[in-house]
Amino acid sequence: MTTIATGELLATQDLSAYYGNRQAVAEVTIAFRRKAVSALIGPSGCGKTTLLRCLNRIHEINFEARVEGSVLLDGQDIYGGDVDPMAIRRRVGMVFQRPNPFPTLSILDNTVACAPKGLNRREKMEAAERALRSAALWDEVKDKLKTSPLRLSGGQQQRLCIARAVAAEPEVLLMDEPTASLDPIATAVIEELMSSLCKEFTIVAVTHNMQQAARVSSVTAFMLADETGIGRLIEVDDTAKLFTKPSDRRTEDYISGRFG
Amino acid sequence: MAQSASKNRNLARRRLIGGLGIAVALACAMIGAVCLLIILGFVIVQGAGALNRDFLTQLPHPVGVPGGGVGNGILGTFIILGIATAMAVPIGLLTGIYLSLFGRGPIPEALRFLSDVLSGVPSIAIGLFAYAVLVAPLKHFSAFSASFAFMMLMLPLLVRTSEQAIRSVPQTVREGALALGMSNFRATVRIVLPTARPAIITALLLAIARVIGETAPLLFTAFGSQFWETNPNNPMAVLALQVFTYAISPYPNWQAQAWAGALLLIGAVFVLSLGARLMLRRAMRGLEA
Repeated sequence: MTTIATGELLATQDLSAYYGNRQAVAEVTIAFRRKAVSALIGPSGCGKTTLLRCLNRIHEINFEARVEGSVLLDGQDIYGGDVDPMAIRRRVGMVFQRPNPFPTLSILDNTVACAPKGLNRREKMEAAERALRSAALWDEVKDKLKTSPLRLSGGQQQRLCIARAVAAEPEVLLMDEPTASLDPIATAVIEELMSSLCKEFTIVAVTHNMQQAARVSSVTAFMLADETGIGRLIEVDDTAKLFTKPSDRRTEDYISGRFG
Repeated sequence: MAQSASKNRNLARRRLIGGLGIAVALACAMIGAVCLLIILGFVIVQGAGALNRDFLTQLPHPVGVPGGGVGNGILGTFIILGIATAMAVPIGLLTGIYLSLFGRGPIPEALRFLSDVLSGVPSIAIGLFAYAVLVAPLKHFSAFSASFAFMMLMLPLLVRTSEQAIRSVPQTVREGALALGMSNFRATVRIVLPTARPAIITALLLAIARVIGETAPLLFTAFGSQFWETNPNNPMAVLALQVFTYAISPYPNWQAQAWAGALLLIGAVFVLSLGARLMLRRAMRGLEA
């Protein structure tokens, strides 16, 4: 087992993930750059979403899902025996592929659904405003905070989900193809948001879209499923280098569209 | 040419069979609907005459004295159903939550199976059970024993439908709550359950509609009463029971009141079902987004 010397906030070591007997990800060792956007790219079924879901222990809510190896958050293995997954998920927030605001809560209550406990009404309001501002949504919703989030557009709903994650004051933000269900304009807004949020958070984002990875990330990791369907990390490098001078032949094939 | 002719013949045959199928299905649907309308019409014709304010608000009169009503039975129905609902909802809902959260494995499977069996047990057997555990040992009939029987009748419906309602909430909503660091239980109670609420209320209304006209289990539990009885520890009048007693009596006055009581029960089921449909429509709207 190789030990990675890292001062990074979030890293994995020999991480493998399974659904029952089927292995989805094998032996990934990677460190994510602090306060930067790291992109996970690769074709469908390469295990990038599964890898992401291991980083906040949401992978294990699936029946029979399990993990081997370790994920280090600030040096501590989040899969250690005495670690509470709920505590981890408060430190590692997540935004999903499809916007998933809580349908029965108002926009305001969505935002502060998991804000730190013990806030009074005014502090809650301030926390909500701060989160909604940092998700670039405040101006659009400030007059309808008490209304249902389902009336918002898809892009607004996704930014609400980002605000909700930000309000919990995490250290890391995981984003699972956050623009997959959005139109190009809403996508541009979210991408801009990622660039501003990474000043405060360590962001790991899965994306299908190579241009998006090139636009928003400073580090890119390329994953690929081997011939048995198990996802492996092929290469990780500065985004600029990975897209111009990849060191692995398979990465080059993929980014140049010669992927078989 | 020959080929296309056979093709045409084939098509004509398929059209004919398709048309026949639709006609048969339509006829069956009509038979069902017509039966229902006949029953409804019959009950209205027979019962509407005796349905008046006195009937709804007064105590039964002794045989031979005209007038009187089933006011105490209506009250008793509300009391017994209220207690049954108050017991069945928490048990049924929590079991539904348990099944939806920890759905696999031998214990949940056994629970589901038992609940299905319970829903098939004849109501008179349930009443007998209530008699054996709550009436015979205490040596007196009581409204509470009837509530207990009703609870047993409502439980399977509540358990299975609340499980389904909770499961029908999109997984992404649950994941969103868990990803924020909520516990499984809190995510269910605070986020998933409210989303499933209209569907759960629908199930509750249908469960009440299912038991409101039940008579068999009342025969040896609530037993009936001639008075305004509100103590659940005592025998109590129930509308369905009064319908039964009056219907088999030889007095035309009582028989007319039995019809009116039946009309009331059908009306209650109608209102409950309508409410259930409205709630269901809301539930569908909520889940679309």
